[in-house]
Amino acid sequence: MERFIDTFFKPSVIASTWPKILDGMLVTVELALAVVISGLAVGLLLALIRTAQIRLVNAVIIVLVDVLRAVPPLVMVLIVYFGLPNVGLTLPSFAVLWLVLAAVLAAFGEEIFWAGILSVRRGQWDAARSTGLTFIDTLAFVVLPQTIRMVLPPLVNRTIAISKNTALGTVIGVPELLNQATTAVSFISNATPLSLAAIGYLIIFLPVVLLGSWLERRFAFRKA
Amino acid sequence: MDQLLDQFFNLGVMVKAFPLLVRGFGMTLLLCLTVIPLGFIGGLLVALARLSRFAMLRISIRVLTDIFRALPPLVLLILVYSGLPFAGVRLNPFEAVCIAFFLNTSAYYGEVLRAGIESIGFGQWEAARSTGLSASDTFVFVILPQALRNVLPDLVSNTVEVVKLTSIASVVSMTELLYSADMARSVTFNASPVVLAGLFYLVLLWPAVRLAARLEHRVGI
Repeated sequence: MERFIDTFFKPSVIASTWPKILDGMLVTVELALAVVISGLAVGLLLALIRTAQIRLVNAVIIVLVDVLRAVPPLVMVLIVYFGLPNVGLTLPSFAVLWLVLAAVLAAFGEEIFWAGILSVRRGQWDAARSTGLTFIDTLAFVVLPQTIRMVLPPLVNRTIAISKNTALGTVIGVPELLNQATTAVSFISNATPLSLAAIGYLIIFLPVVLLGSWLERRFAFRKA
Repeated sequence: MDQLLDQFFNLGVMVKAFPLLVRGFGMTLLLCLTVIPLGFIGGLLVALARLSRFAMLRISIRVLTDIFRALPPLVLLILVYSGLPFAGVRLNPFEAVCIAFFLNTSAYYGEVLRAGIESIGFGQWEAARSTGLSASDTFVFVILPQALRNVLPDLVSNTVEVVKLTSIASVVSMTELLYSADMARSVTFNASPVVLAGLFYLVLLWPAVRLAARLEHRVGI
């Protein structure tokens, strides 16, 4: 037991590294928020554009979304981070990670929002339009409110899964939580900073995971 | 434009890196064939435990799944690979990857499978048992097949996620697809090998991604 504490929760190491860990948590939270806000906004926008049913535009969206869903985020991070400087465009690592993860979340978000919009029956559209609402009004006040219930649980779960990928920042040197911890580990040869990082991730993401499962129970799939 | 092509789609570099990437791809497939069945079986056990009569078991598995769903898989992997040696447990990259991904994917498969099993009405149990099937036969031949069908879209998209997850193994120098590509990149100072790796993943996963999207929309309506 003593050995365990000495390896994973050494008090002196906790005392010396917690400020770094806290800095890392802050960066992780900032990055996650940036990804969530921009990713979901773009995802919703793409789904709305898709409702306009312009053939060519929809095809482009579908292909783009498929690619972003099929290629691992770390692959895209490395392509953007190491490729762009050679063509004269150097982005800070924070921006690279933000762009890639926001694009991935936008792709998954688009699929989920689109499935939600499709789930609203045709009759709702017809009824709303026949009362004189415009296409946009129907979408905003009749269709979207009904999709929320269906869309929220998968959206929350997917959003968590993608914002957790902020830990990939370690690979390209974003000073986020995991990076701070691994740097500290290499200086002091003790695993305590890693345990602290794990606790930090739990503090950040556990509440959202619990929110996700609560939503799932709350909006349980209506049995057809 | 030429510069972009040269940097991201340099055919000469891609051709040279191709054999290396094929070898890496083999390792990626091996990883998938290990991690997916392990995670699926783990998930099945998690789902059964979550539906068990014993409150202690239910609650402790629930807490564990929540924890493993909140931790980024890369954090788990680095904890196992670089954390455990300080406690005297030294694992090779393959073992570390299998353990870390097992913890992560069992939690996710567990959630999906639990939802599937819960979606089957209790009448199915009663009917199956009353025909003389044992409890385990009922589960394997009556409940599970229906449960799997009900959560098929989630199973497919979760499996796609697991395959993508294996790319993280490159961080602990497992010589899989992305690691090989990144090695080629650092030798050639050209991003084309990594783009090629992306194409490998795309070819492997596109059919599954399409399938998942179709299934999701069908259930959506």
